[in-house]
Amino acid sequence: MPRDLFERELEQLQNEMLTMAHAVENALTDAVAMLAQRDMEGARALIARDRAINQQRFDLEAQCLVVVATQQPMASDLRIVAAILFNVNELERIGDYAKGIAKINLRIPPEPLLQPLADLPRMAEITRAMLHSALDAFVRRDVALARAIPRQDDAVDALFEKVNQDLLQLIIADSRVTAQANLLMWAAHNLERAADRVTNLCERAIFTVTGEFVEMDADEPGQTD
Amino acid sequence: MTDPKIQIENVSYEYEGARALRNITLDIAPQRITVFFGPAGGGKTTLLRLINRLNDLAEGTKMTGRIRLDGQDIYASSADVTTLRRKVGMVFALPLPLPGTIRENVIYGPKLAGVRAARQLDEIVERSLRQAALWDEVHERLDAPANALSGGQQQRLCIARSLALEPQVLLLDEPTSGLDPLSTNKVETALQEMKKNYTIIIIPHSVQQAARLADYAAFFLQGELIEYRAGREIFTTPRDQRTEDYVTGRFG
Repeated sequence: MPRDLFERELEQLQNEMLTMAHAVENALTDAVAMLAQRDMEGARALIARDRAINQQRFDLEAQCLVVVATQQPMASDLRIVAAILFNVNELERIGDYAKGIAKINLRIPPEPLLQPLADLPRMAEITRAMLHSALDAFVRRDVALARAIPRQDDAVDALFEKVNQDLLQLIIADSRVTAQANLLMWAAHNLERAADRVTNLCERAIFTVTGEFVEMDADEPGQTD
Repeated sequence: MTDPKIQIENVSYEYEGARALRNITLDIAPQRITVFFGPAGGGKTTLLRLINRLNDLAEGTKMTGRIRLDGQDIYASSADVTTLRRKVGMVFALPLPLPGTIRENVIYGPKLAGVRAARQLDEIVERSLRQAALWDEVHERLDAPANALSGGQQQRLCIARSLALEPQVLLLDEPTSGLDPLSTNKVETALQEMKKNYTIIIIPHSVQQAARLADYAAFFLQGELIEYRAGREIFTTPRDQRTEDYVTGRFG
């Protein structure tokens, strides 16, 4: 095969993107677990871990550019490289959402949470699973899977609504809890946004195979930014 | 395409019994660059030559179908080859400057066509060399021998020589295959300027060049037209697997 070297380079790019995605997945669920356990030390470490994720993104971007310059990919090869460039950017942003939750953890004074967190870890788990599947769909060029994933976003949106309602009720009952409740709402918001970004990854997985830009409807009830 | 400059209709071509082209139908847009590309032996050069009737005298060949320029059948018995070739210029892979000066090369065609007035010939020299993006490099030494020019300059001189006859269509068969990247870039830039005035069909020397130049691109494989679409589509999202395999370098 005349393109052996190129095939290897593409595979390596994909593998490194998966490594980065794995770090982002862990950051999401860890950030929420640390919040639930009020683990401040862990939160600080997670913020430091995000710098490594950011660096991975720059490294992968640079590698993609080298592949474009040296191999001049065309057609589906070009779409794969373009999608990786796009995906690492989205992953980096999802990593930022996890970091945001760690920062929220640090901003809440060392006091118990208003109520045990059940819905936030659930949101984080679903988002993590969606993210994992989206990258799977990309690597396997599985359009059907990529199309199915965004539907799971509805569950994340529903939990987001529920968290907001619950916290609002607590504020109404006792306005002294407003500060913490507000921060927890932001944590939920971060998870909801992270799941929306997974939808973008699904769009790229489809684009890689079909060459068509399709907009997956990630109904965004909580979008305020 | 509302008003094609050239219409190729169901053209087949046999060479000593072998089918070199099979039922090719495509329209060429005016004032655009159309690229014919594909692996060797695909028929792209054959088709290019048919548009200029360069295969008329080849023995053991048979052509069927029709090629129209501005709606007129160029193979009709009433059609005149000389007239056709004034309208349709051709540039080959190897630059072949005629013996003589830069200036003599450019005015060779117009003089044959009967242009005698010195001022008119001067105008032709400047216009043609400017359009071929060579004027700035040679205008102070128009009487220097043409073969003293670099390869890239010689090729642009050959393009200028074609343009001197004010053709409507320019056919180029791998015009930069022997040129370094800088000269290639100059020729490509000249072509992008020239398409404002001319209809250009080019056989590129690489897929990358095809992608850089093509407003439209036709992929040929073993005498068949596999895919013909806008350049920006065919190199990012080819529809046919064979096109995909070729542009991604998996065969050819």
